[in-house]
Amino acid sequence: MSTSNEAMAGAPTLAQRRGGGTLWPTLRAIYIIWYRDVLRFWRDRARLAVTFAQPLLYLVIFGTGLSSALSGAGGFGGPGAPAGFSYTQFIFPGIIGMSVLFGSMFAAVSIVWDREFGFLKEVLVAPIDRSAVAIGKALGGATQAMAQGLILLVLAPFVGVKLTFLSVITLIPLVFVLAFALSAMGVAIASRMRSMQGFQMVMNFLMMPMFFLSGALFPLSGLPGWMTFLTRIDPAAYGIDPLRRTLLEGAGMPPQMLDRMSITIGGNVIPVIAEAGILLAFGIVVLGIAVRNFRVRD
Amino acid sequence: MTTAQAVETVISVTGLTKSFGPVEAVRGIDLEVRPGEIFGFLGPNGAGKTTTINILCTLLRATSGKASVAGIDVEHDPAGVRSRIGLVFQDPSLDAQLTARENLQFHAFVYDVPAAERAERIAAALEMVELTDRADSTVMTFSGGMKRRLEIARGILHTPDVLFLDEPTIGLDPQTRRHIWGYLSELPKQRGVTIFMTTHYMDEAEYCDRIAIIDHGLIQAVGTPDELKAMVGGDVVTITTADNAAAAPQIAALAGSDPIADNGTLRVEVPDGAAFVPRLVRETSVEVRSVAFHRPSLDDVFLKLTGRAIREEEAGSTDALRMMGRAWMGRGQGR
Repeated sequence: MSTSNEAMAGAPTLAQRRGGGTLWPTLRAIYIIWYRDVLRFWRDRARLAVTFAQPLLYLVIFGTGLSSALSGAGGFGGPGAPAGFSYTQFIFPGIIGMSVLFGSMFAAVSIVWDREFGFLKEVLVAPIDRSAVAIGKALGGATQAMAQGLILLVLAPFVGVKLTFLSVITLIPLVFVLAFALSAMGVAIASRMRSMQGFQMVMNFLMMPMFFLSGALFPLSGLPGWMTFLTRIDPAAYGIDPLRRTLLEGAGMPPQMLDRMSITIGGNVIPVIAEAGILLAFGIVVLGIAVRNFRVRD
Repeated sequence: MTTAQAVETVISVTGLTKSFGPVEAVRGIDLEVRPGEIFGFLGPNGAGKTTTINILCTLLRATSGKASVAGIDVEHDPAGVRSRIGLVFQDPSLDAQLTARENLQFHAFVYDVPAAERAERIAAALEMVELTDRADSTVMTFSGGMKRRLEIARGILHTPDVLFLDEPTIGLDPQTRRHIWGYLSELPKQRGVTIFMTTHYMDEAEYCDRIAIIDHGLIQAVGTPDELKAMVGGDVVTITTADNAAAAPQIAALAGSDPIADNGTLRVEVPDGAAFVPRLVRETSVEVRSVAFHRPSLDDVFLKLTGRAIREEEAGSTDALRMMGRAWMGRGQGR
């Protein structure tokens, strides 16, 4: 290839640099896109405080309110409810899941923000594979959402959920898988959104239903058939159930109790590892869609 | 393409068209840009300038035609083209939450500026646009002119062959515009970069080595500012009369060419303005209220070629077209 300019003669062309393969430049681009998201997240302390406020409201007001109502009506979880377990304890893992769900979607929607404010162009005209944009944004969103979920663990002692070393260590990859799958989904949606108005639609018709059907607020057993079906196709459900089983098992809830609240398909309790696998597979598929969307040029 | 041609032209476009659904934004453009020149794309908003630049920088695909930048075909190797160009967009594309330095670091990273040179090149780029003392302030604290300067610094950070600028001074005050032009006009000499820019400011087009005048998706003329002005023969006379419609045929007979009505005035080209004015006043039956004549400007060239003037307040029409384009892009993604 002839360079058109002597001043440029020393600069290697992309093709020459690609002699070393395309993997390294793509990884480097993924890294910097991820790093930018994390840097912005860290800098935006106000948002951190806000993300803390919403879960707190759910836990303290919603949790306490419903706890009292339920205990008046015969106790949390119906007949055979475990002594010493409250509704607030039940929803605590669900609220972590909620924080991850909302965090992921908000982070992914920053793509639409970037589109409106122009920065996305800087990324899209860069000589990098567009897959790096989708993957970098999904990982950046996952990191933010994971931080927003895990930070809530500091509230555990106040809601009476005992943390163990094992439960916390197990929780980290589970939260990551949930955050990754939901962020990838958010990126796939955002890759086709052209305005912030679209985001309101996503909020109302996707995020809130996903939250309500995820099992964050009530167990996903003994529901009417139509609703059982909807909960089983909610990816968030496969992320919140493992969080609950891990946290409440660590806090001493008996296994048969946990099984009764868990997701079942055809009457069988799905193991945590299988739930995480389903979620990971979902995340990879939607990330594939996001990559494809970003590669389209008009 | 032979090597000889590649050395002579850094951008080459033949028969380029682009349609957004029923809207034909670009209707068959041919042009060649030589290395090291400042090439201006002059036209009113909605003329197809931004669409053309977006095709050249691989953000849009042409409907038909061929285009190459730095000898690389935009359709076949978009990533290759992207690595050889720098861009300054019409709308700011900085991350306002990051500092000036962080914006440049991000850029250096995605454009694979060697790690050993990154810090030094960033410092030099900031120095060039006089932002060294603000390097570690977040961009949201910057004025419009500072953001533009930072974008120019970013555009050349990876030593591109071509720097594309889409309306680089739009929305800036005249003093800031001159300041920005101070940097831009030095770039080809200092960095050996070719500049391809769009503008609808006539005075800015004067800074260009060569200009293409584009209107309705077609190139109307290409040449140096002087060559283009030479297309308008002699002087341009601007006349106001008590009744322009009645005066027009008489002026046409006197001047030997039809006057163009523009904003309540009649404009006509004559070989010698000083000799024309007394004849006009003496021989026109309609009352002449004012007469002025001047050497032709690019405004006059544009008016001659298209029959209307470029006005800065025309901004509305483009926004409509840009929105239309965006709406169609949205559809395109849905395929």
